[in-house]
Amino acid sequence: MKKLLLLMLVAVFMVTTTACGEEQVVLNVYNWGDYIDESILKDFEAEYGIKVNYEMFASNEDMYVKIKQGGTKYDVAFPSDYMIEKMVNEDMLVSFDAASLENYKHIGEKFKGLSYDINNEYSVPYLWGTVGLVYNRELVDEADMMSWDALFDEKYNGQILMYDSQRDSLAVAFKKLGYSLNSTDPKELEEAKQLLIDQKPLVLAYVTDNIKDLMLSEEAAIGVDYSGDAFQILLEGGTEKFGYSVPKEGSNMWFDAMVIPKGSEHVEAAKLFIDYMSRPEVALKNVEYVQYSTPNVSILGDLSEELKSIPYAYPSEEELDHCEVFVDPGAFVEEYNEAWVEIKAN
Amino acid sequence: MVTSFRSKLHNFIKNFYTLLIFIFLYAPIVVLIVFSFNASKYGTQWEGFTLDWYIKLFEDRAIMKSFYYTVAVAVLSSSIATVIGTFAAIGIHNMKPLRRQVMLNINNLPILNPDIVTGVSMMALFVFFKAQLGFITMLLAHITFNIPYVILSVLPKLRQMPKDILEAAMDLGATPWYAFRKVIVPEISPGIITGALIAFTMSIDDFVISFFTTGNGVSNLSIVIYSMARRGLNPKINALSTIMFVSVLLLLLIVNRQQGKESKKTYRIKGSEM
Repeated sequence: MKKLLLLMLVAVFMVTTTACGEEQVVLNVYNWGDYIDESILKDFEAEYGIKVNYEMFASNEDMYVKIKQGGTKYDVAFPSDYMIEKMVNEDMLVSFDAASLENYKHIGEKFKGLSYDINNEYSVPYLWGTVGLVYNRELVDEADMMSWDALFDEKYNGQILMYDSQRDSLAVAFKKLGYSLNSTDPKELEEAKQLLIDQKPLVLAYVTDNIKDLMLSEEAAIGVDYSGDAFQILLEGGTEKFGYSVPKEGSNMWFDAMVIPKGSEHVEAAKLFIDYMSRPEVALKNVEYVQYSTPNVSILGDLSEELKSIPYAYPSEEELDHCEVFVDPGAFVEEYNEAWVEIKAN
Repeated sequence: MVTSFRSKLHNFIKNFYTLLIFIFLYAPIVVLIVFSFNASKYGTQWEGFTLDWYIKLFEDRAIMKSFYYTVAVAVLSSSIATVIGTFAAIGIHNMKPLRRQVMLNINNLPILNPDIVTGVSMMALFVFFKAQLGFITMLLAHITFNIPYVILSVLPKLRQMPKDILEAAMDLGATPWYAFRKVIVPEISPGIITGALIAFTMSIDDFVISFFTTGNGVSNLSIVIYSMARRGLNPKINALSTIMFVSVLLLLLIVNRQQGKESKKTYRIKGSEM
């Protein structure tokens, strides 16, 4: 008993002293789970003598709650586009001149000045992608895959997977109807809602993470999916069997970007970290691990053959022509919610 | 003839039912263990035997760090909660009936309370006191939600304990502290051990409360695994789960062996007294 108590005291003591006894700069970095090549963190620490405290979250909303509540002074976070917009609106981010970062020049021009950060003063893009159709070449007519119409085609009855989130599903319907996926017009929303309700008999399931299993086991032929997750299906099942496309009507284009939350005590070190992540050899190492699309245009030529073999990982300007980034709908989100409930309940 | 057939059928159904339960309970774990040796990165089909995931697991800083925090919090919180909970249980046991009832209800409330409420309110409390979220706050939260379980598992043992033996010990010259150590604790030790084990597993299991009460780079395993799940579970997680399962199994076997030995010993002593 006494020994046990002593042991506990020693353990508490050790933990607290290691937590408080550090003089060096400690950066609190908050990123998505499994979304970085972790050896990069070690390299960064070795090069700058800054310690990185790395923490992970599973969704934008989880991250938002943790930063909003305080309790941890996060220095760098990786929210997505619409969440950045929301955080800027709520004055949660430190503004800095992205162009002053040494490696900012490697970020492609088309990834700058986007709707969530028009003046490039809050964020530097980390990875990006699209929403599109992932399909099994053996089960579909590939010519159909260039349009959202495929998801509403009787031919694929019972083989269609939709994405189980209101904005992603409504975006498909808006785009098929030729509207903006950020539409806040009640009439357009009504049309989109009706379209999705009519489509329901054809749909095998509304899914998110299990889309991979359903595609690989050939239970489904086409699915709406985020490009990064779709690439995992392509890389595992083989690009000769599985394909990915961004329909010509346009789609959602998404970004995960690096920001500095207000409350950070090491803004300069945070900028150093963000700049380091944009350094070509670092970005290359990282994208080879994560296998999403990089906004770092200087390294596109150096990508491995495996990554180069993925279709639509780097769509041309033309193919991205009708693509849009999600905009925070503000109070209109209530209408989206209502429409979505009706769709799911029908 | 008929009866033997019936008893055979009876036996068959009995065994089949047991087997079915074991399959339901252990098939997922078997699959998980098998796939931790699978060469395929994605783990949907078998592509040959490998130990790569075990090597990669030990190289993964985030997982190893969270593993360390998980074990540290579980060991510390369960032992501290066991000490506090045992004393609290003894106190509650000796209260007058009405007060005891009130205390028990207060004790049960946190168990019935949804984790999310506990988590959010603890976070609010810590932030209100301007505490930096991290190891200490997570530890405090775990101790807090563990105490009621310890109290609940120690109380029945106290109730079973004959009141006289404590008085007998003190009559024979034992100081209260000596009597506590040599009489009460051995008598209620099964309850204490059960309480400590429940607290330990509750702590390792917890996601919701930990998520809200930690920060500054401190995560436990459930937070790390959950945040990784978005991109498809990595076989490293299978490898880790396998190691944890095997260690718990070994621990259980050792404890059982030890208890088996002890119960034999006490049987012999009791027998010789007769």
